[in-house]
Amino acid sequence: MTRNMPIRNCWSPAFCRFEYLEKDEEMIELVDVSKSFTLHNQGSAVIPVMTGASLRVSRGECVALTGASGAGKSTLMRVIYGNYLASAGTVTVGGLNVTLAEPRQILALRRETLGYVSQFLRVVPRVPTLEVVAEPLLALGHDRQMALDRAAGLLARLNIPQRLWALSPTTFSGGEQQRVNIARGFAHDYPALLLDEPTASLDARNRETVLELIEEAKCRGAAIVGIFHDSEARQRVSDRDIDVSQFAPGLAQ
Amino acid sequence: MTPLLQVEGIEKRYGARIGCAAVSFDLYPGEVMGIVGESGSGKSTLLNCLAGHLAPDAGKVVFDTRAEGPVDTVTMSEPERRMLSRTDWAFVHQHARDGLRMSVSAGANIGERLMAVGDRHYGSIRSRAIDWLDRVEIDESRVDDRPTSFSGGMQQRLQIARNLVTGPRLVFMDEPTGGLDVSVQARLLDLLRGLVREMGLSAIIVTHDLAVVRLLADRLMVMKDGRVVEAGLTDQVLDDPQHAYTQLLVSSVLQV
Repeated sequence: MTRNMPIRNCWSPAFCRFEYLEKDEEMIELVDVSKSFTLHNQGSAVIPVMTGASLRVSRGECVALTGASGAGKSTLMRVIYGNYLASAGTVTVGGLNVTLAEPRQILALRRETLGYVSQFLRVVPRVPTLEVVAEPLLALGHDRQMALDRAAGLLARLNIPQRLWALSPTTFSGGEQQRVNIARGFAHDYPALLLDEPTASLDARNRETVLELIEEAKCRGAAIVGIFHDSEARQRVSDRDIDVSQFAPGLAQ
Repeated sequence: MTPLLQVEGIEKRYGARIGCAAVSFDLYPGEVMGIVGESGSGKSTLLNCLAGHLAPDAGKVVFDTRAEGPVDTVTMSEPERRMLSRTDWAFVHQHARDGLRMSVSAGANIGERLMAVGDRHYGSIRSRAIDWLDRVEIDESRVDDRPTSFSGGMQQRLQIARNLVTGPRLVFMDEPTGGLDVSVQARLLDLLRGLVREMGLSAIIVTHDLAVVRLLADRLMVMKDGRVVEAGLTDQVLDDPQHAYTQLLVSSVLQV
């Protein structure tokens, strides 16, 4: 299945790191979530974007969000991540009520439990790629060498040439940046993952690697919410598709 | 967990004018908080009240001291507060000249803070000074040079070394990257991030640069006319601002 990384045995009980969770416990749960934006400087226009969104994702399950561009897929994902404030309803991730949590609790959740691969890489200029990828592990207090080794393994797997590892990814091509972003998102074995178009702008070989990474994450019990415009990729990794247009404010009466 | 700093109802008036008012928050160990707002919004006044440079007219600044646990630093005696600002606290000024002694060498600038906490061994002070110069990426050969011969970015890094050498737990920073070239800024941000993580520092950073807080701060407080109008997780406040003023601030940033 893979190179450079230990092959994981999905059915080995020793591998399951989430035994503290009840079998059916939800990693990610949204109950009746609404989101609207109030634009104070544009005549206080209120733009409702989502209403009554409910969703449950169990461990080891991948749910794909579908719907036309602008339907609110990324918005829903950002609400789960705590990047957007929900206007109403409850978002729970790994037992933490994200809607009520303090900033430091959300930061701890993001460090330990909830990973997010966004469409764009945002990094401090000048930091070498290897460090960018290792950072989530260093933030968790892992041994530096172990973190760098793991980062190197992921970069090699995603075909980022070794001569680029010491350089900042800010100068890389779009596809390379996207792969660095993915490597960073998979550096730590997050129990829950949000993936926004992880296979966009990738060639066939790298796309295959990313799909393998997603399958491995499912295998180790990660709950995943993804947006995939690539329908073949979606069919391969998604267990369930949820059309977010059902949460469009006009429809839910 | 006990907050490292508990701020309750801080108010400072300049005559009838409000410097800052009704500011309350808790800061936990390892947290980095940014304070943003336009010039005159009261952010520097607040920082100076928190750091003991200005006496607030009302409110408490309770710091979790190593020896006695939480103590209100506003009512603390002057010598106690000065001891705190030499040991557990550090203050990085916008202009390095305000935080450095320009007439003594770089090594002495770092060593002075060590001597202030009782270090007397010349050899060990010098070797620690050199070690810190290296950590802030200043060549060892510059240890005996005065900061007047340093570039602006180097002076700022020297100021940071001088402040961090005693292993403080809370760092106050007033526009630490203000007035520096963008390339120098990036280098300083990278350095600060690394130090914050390695040393487990808590920090309060006042800046008007939203890009700086996005990269450095976990939490953000937005001030206008001396009051806090919005607070929360940094990326949430910047990406989904709730208050009219924050929306204006975020939408006014020029794109490059």
